[in-house]
Amino acid sequence: MFTEISEKLESALKRIKGHGKISEKNVTDALKDVRLALLEADVNYKVVKQFTDDVKTKALGKEVLTSITPGQLFVKIVYEELRDLMGEGAKEVALAPNPPTVIMVAGLQGSGKTTACAKLARRFSQKGKKGMLIAADIYRPAAVDQLETLGKAVPVEVYYERDEDDAVGIVERGLKAAKSKALDYVIADTAGRLHVDEKMMEELTDIRERVHPHETILVADGMTGQDAVTIAKEFSSTLGIDGVILTKMDGDERGGAALSIRAVSGAPIRYIGVGEKLDALEVFHPERMASRILGMGDVLTLVERAQETIDIKEAAKLEKKILKESFSLEDFLGQIKQIKKMGPLEDIMGMMPGFSKLKGIDLDESAMIRVEAIIRSMTSDERLAPEIIDGSRRKRIAAGSGTRVQDVNRLIKDFQQVRKLFKHVKKGNLGGMLGSFLRG
Amino acid sequence: MNADLFQKKFQALKASLKKSRSVLSDGLARIARGGGDRAGTLESIEELLIGADIGVRTAGAIVEKVGSSGISLNEESVRDTIRNEIISILSGTCQPGVDLLVKPHVIMVVGVNGTGKTTTIAKLAHRYKTAGNQVLLAACDTFRAAAIEQLEIWAGRVGADVVKHKPGADAASVAYDACSAAASRGMDTVIIDTAGRLQTKKNLMDEVAKIGRVTGKVVDGAPHEVLLVLDATTGQNSISQAKAFSEVCGVTGIVMAKLDGTAKGGIVVAIAKELGIPIQFIGTGESIDDLAAFDPETFATALLGGD
Repeated sequence: MFTEISEKLESALKRIKGHGKISEKNVTDALKDVRLALLEADVNYKVVKQFTDDVKTKALGKEVLTSITPGQLFVKIVYEELRDLMGEGAKEVALAPNPPTVIMVAGLQGSGKTTACAKLARRFSQKGKKGMLIAADIYRPAAVDQLETLGKAVPVEVYYERDEDDAVGIVERGLKAAKSKALDYVIADTAGRLHVDEKMMEELTDIRERVHPHETILVADGMTGQDAVTIAKEFSSTLGIDGVILTKMDGDERGGAALSIRAVSGAPIRYIGVGEKLDALEVFHPERMASRILGMGDVLTLVERAQETIDIKEAAKLEKKILKESFSLEDFLGQIKQIKKMGPLEDIMGMMPGFSKLKGIDLDESAMIRVEAIIRSMTSDERLAPEIIDGSRRKRIAAGSGTRVQDVNRLIKDFQQVRKLFKHVKKGNLGGMLGSFLRG
Repeated sequence: MNADLFQKKFQALKASLKKSRSVLSDGLARIARGGGDRAGTLESIEELLIGADIGVRTAGAIVEKVGSSGISLNEESVRDTIRNEIISILSGTCQPGVDLLVKPHVIMVVGVNGTGKTTTIAKLAHRYKTAGNQVLLAACDTFRAAAIEQLEIWAGRVGADVVKHKPGADAASVAYDACSAAASRGMDTVIIDTAGRLQTKKNLMDEVAKIGRVTGKVVDGAPHEVLLVLDATTGQNSISQAKAFSEVCGVTGIVMAKLDGTAKGGIVVAIAKELGIPIQFIGTGESIDDLAAFDPETFATALLGGD
């Protein structure tokens, strides 16, 4: 996400960063590029204007002009303004002290409400909370079936009434059922509607008045254009919004909606959807996102994801092996599996500082699959001591893994280099190692 | 086109673009009234166009035309200049020559998640049925929960047949079966519903290319049309969607869905200008008839106001 905006901002800031002295003209020029980058990323033009005005006022303050490193101070100002534009700290949905917590999810057609509901439920159930999804979309064909299928996948109970045409009643009765079962939360999945459709908006206010949700969430497509502000404004003025989930953030190179929506609705962005699978929901951290946008990486999220997925005991064992230099292809295979668990490679790379530009290299997931196949076609002796792999073994391995002998050769050569490189791992040279393996 | 029909079409589109019309035409009126120097006025016009999702580059090019035309910047002449420029951009895209003699005529519908592919397919099917064609729908979205059911319900409503496999099945094989079935039954039209996929997911994009290729093995020259469904509320990302889908499966036309909700729709202009892909239909509402053939003049007039 944000690759495009990030590239343009970086190059604009790079030019100004090096200056020993900054004039008003430097600032104005840099801000022109910043403005263009933001507009092309679909940030609303009014929000852009406000943003560049704010940065300019601060940047032309005495502090920057007299600083020894004015360029860096300027970047810092842009970072802070970006961060503040997107909110204040991470704001997850809080469960109410008196269960069940009632959550109502609303948004435009196709924004990803139903998937977001299931992802949210999964998040709660991982924390040991029990809840229920209510299928309140009575309009779209097969909407109930979709929620039912997703409910099974989470798994979470789904309340529905087929052939009932009163959404308000369905939510009310669903809530009643949840109360009788002493559940922790309910999430009502409402039908998609256009913010300009008054009658449909009324249905939402009816539901709100009848069940008084603790939390009303607007689900918005991260790729939304200039209209994002109108959508956010309409939903928050007619319905009242407590939080926002931005979806499809894995597809967007721009993501300007993230910057506009919070600015006009005032409601915090709580989560972002980053994939089609049910676990692809991340808590939104404004400061980390600002740092990602400016190409400074997001090491914190990377570390957290690693902690969630990597087996600590395994990691400790591996570390010992690396230190003793007995790291084998077998260990390498294990490592690949761990990395795969952390999510798509491109995602991971995007979080590493300085790696946002790697995109052009075409990080091909299939390169990883190929490496895996080759190692799997080796005997355990070969995996432990690659030195014994001679010409005929190479041929056999290539045939077994459906690759060419050159591929096997390259893997073995790269592996030997990695062993050497591991001596530098302590110096933080991990990126180079991954890079050498995954260049497709 | 006869005058009555034009009026009818124009009124419907104008109603659906009502919001955008008021934003752009009110904005133009305000800017023109505002006085100020020429450069400032041109900048305000540029911002107004950007606000309608026309995009920075295209907005810049249009404003440049206005600026260099030497017209006085009053409301009427600015509006006319912009309108003419938009019409010329939109008319510049070439309509593909479609060979309607081959039977079945295979149409593949693609797009990212949630743009309205399935609903568009229902509207298309209805359109072809009304024209007297026999229509077969292929349920190739085997991924999303209940996508097959959704298509079946629509098929029932418009009276089209459906070829489907189980959820999770290979999408290309569904397309293959559908084309074979349509060919052997002598049907007129096959419309293929594909799963939504973000244009950045390489393996999913490869899959959609494969679906297209497979249809060509059954029917000569298939897919005869590849329609990309875009969501009118999406911003400049639509351009990268159009680019990516064109690269993998040769998009022949665009359907702009949900044009009734957005205040803008200007992205249509940006796509025509930057990619030259023709806009074929626009979706203007939720009912089965709410699909209109795209007409540059009607669109430009509806967007900018005036007659």
